[in-house]
Amino acid sequence: MGKRTFLYKKHLTASAKIIDFAGWDMPINYGSQIEEHHIVRKSAGVFDVSHMTIVDVSGRDSRNYLQYLLSNDVGKLTDRGQALYSAMLNHDGYILDDLIVYRMSFGFRVVVNCATREKDLRWMIQNTDGFRVSVQEKPKLAILAVNGPDSIQKFCEALAGPIAEEAQKLLNFQGQELDACFIARTGYTGEQGLEVILPEEDAPEFWDKFLKAGIKPAGLGARDTLRLEAGMNLYGQDMDETTSPLSANMDHTIAYTPAEREFIGKPALIAHKALYDAGKAPELKGLVLESRGILRAGQTLITDQGEGIVTSGGFSPTLKHSIALARIPSNSKTCKVDLRGTPTPVRIVKPNFVRFGKKIFE
Amino acid sequence: MSNAPEDLKYASTHEWIRIEDDGSVTVGISDHAQEALGDIVFVELPRLGTPVAAKQEVAVVESVKAASDIYSPITGEILEINETLMDAPEMVNESPYENAWFFKIKASNTLEFEDLMDSDAYCDHCANE
Repeated sequence: MGKRTFLYKKHLTASAKIIDFAGWDMPINYGSQIEEHHIVRKSAGVFDVSHMTIVDVSGRDSRNYLQYLLSNDVGKLTDRGQALYSAMLNHDGYILDDLIVYRMSFGFRVVVNCATREKDLRWMIQNTDGFRVSVQEKPKLAILAVNGPDSIQKFCEALAGPIAEEAQKLLNFQGQELDACFIARTGYTGEQGLEVILPEEDAPEFWDKFLKAGIKPAGLGARDTLRLEAGMNLYGQDMDETTSPLSANMDHTIAYTPAEREFIGKPALIAHKALYDAGKAPELKGLVLESRGILRAGQTLITDQGEGIVTSGGFSPTLKHSIALARIPSNSKTCKVDLRGTPTPVRIVKPNFVRFGKKIFE
Repeated sequence: MSNAPEDLKYASTHEWIRIEDDGSVTVGISDHAQEALGDIVFVELPRLGTPVAAKQEVAVVESVKAASDIYSPITGEILEINETLMDAPEMVNESPYENAWFFKIKASNTLEFEDLMDSDAYCDHCANE
């Protein structure tokens, strides 16, 4: 038996198929992954992502500490509740994890991946030297993510009162601390939505209210195809400790200015950048296979510039064909994949396929 | 426990066969197999008239999780294929024993039927996998 979130029984009641995910018993689907995918694109679904690791950073140096720890700049977070996506790099400029950081009344809240929990906590604590900060994991908090075009309306129907009032005011990547919970307009699906972070014992009540308002449970399977369509990276698959953020389509998350800000991995990253700008480092691109067959992680690719690899691949329920994220040599124009012995041409596109229910690549 | 009708015979690789009144043999995949594969998104079927050997790969199923080979449980020749699966692969999840048969074979050696499992043996096989 693995670790279980406070919603485990609710998942079983909703006919979840449970799988092991990094030591956690998590719902992969509640019957059909594809149906859950469509519900999130067309209406609203709720994901239990309480397995993710929440780390609160407080103390007078919290801002300076995170400006040193992260490659994006928390100095951009001028207002409480605001969110920022960032990589956390090691000294070689490779990716230890990707995360969301929120500015909070007490300092900052960082949400990192579940599979990387131990190494992240170790790294975060190890790098507090010289900073007056407290770094504290919050294992008793649950996270529910409600996503889809109807998610905000249904969320407000479900919860009413002050939570609904505040939820309606939020813009994308903004959050609000409330008495009962923290809510933010962040997500991992390419649709609008809200994430709620709350004491785990309150999660079942919220879950029931969401379901009553017509929000459908969605599992980790649908979450994966949704994020793939949205061109969002998955740590451990599209990037890891051997990957520079520049080869993971994460250059836009690096804050090179202010130039005087030093952050872990910066000198190494500047060296990567010179290689990358000279076309000597691989890039993370999107692939489209319009014929039958499925691109899968690990498949070898042959481009006009050399070899590459599929980092995430699968069937796109929205587009009805296979898509993938792939690391390929810079400036590749043509690409072929070996599909069960048949070399098959695939199209190279920007790594971003679907947003707000619509195809967005040419 | 997954559902395995008693009038069918099963291969250890999770295909089922049904011996029809005209002597032809219908082949599909079990409920256990479709459940394990998850949502099925593509099915590739053999060509009509293809000679097949028992335990030979003859079709492919791609699900959201993985690509899987489908093996012919018996030796013979492909008589008929279920082309509707090409456009509606989700039928394999919805109706593995009825609408979502894969192909029909003209068997060349009916003794091979004895090598297949009955429903109880197959259920034990799935439970021990």
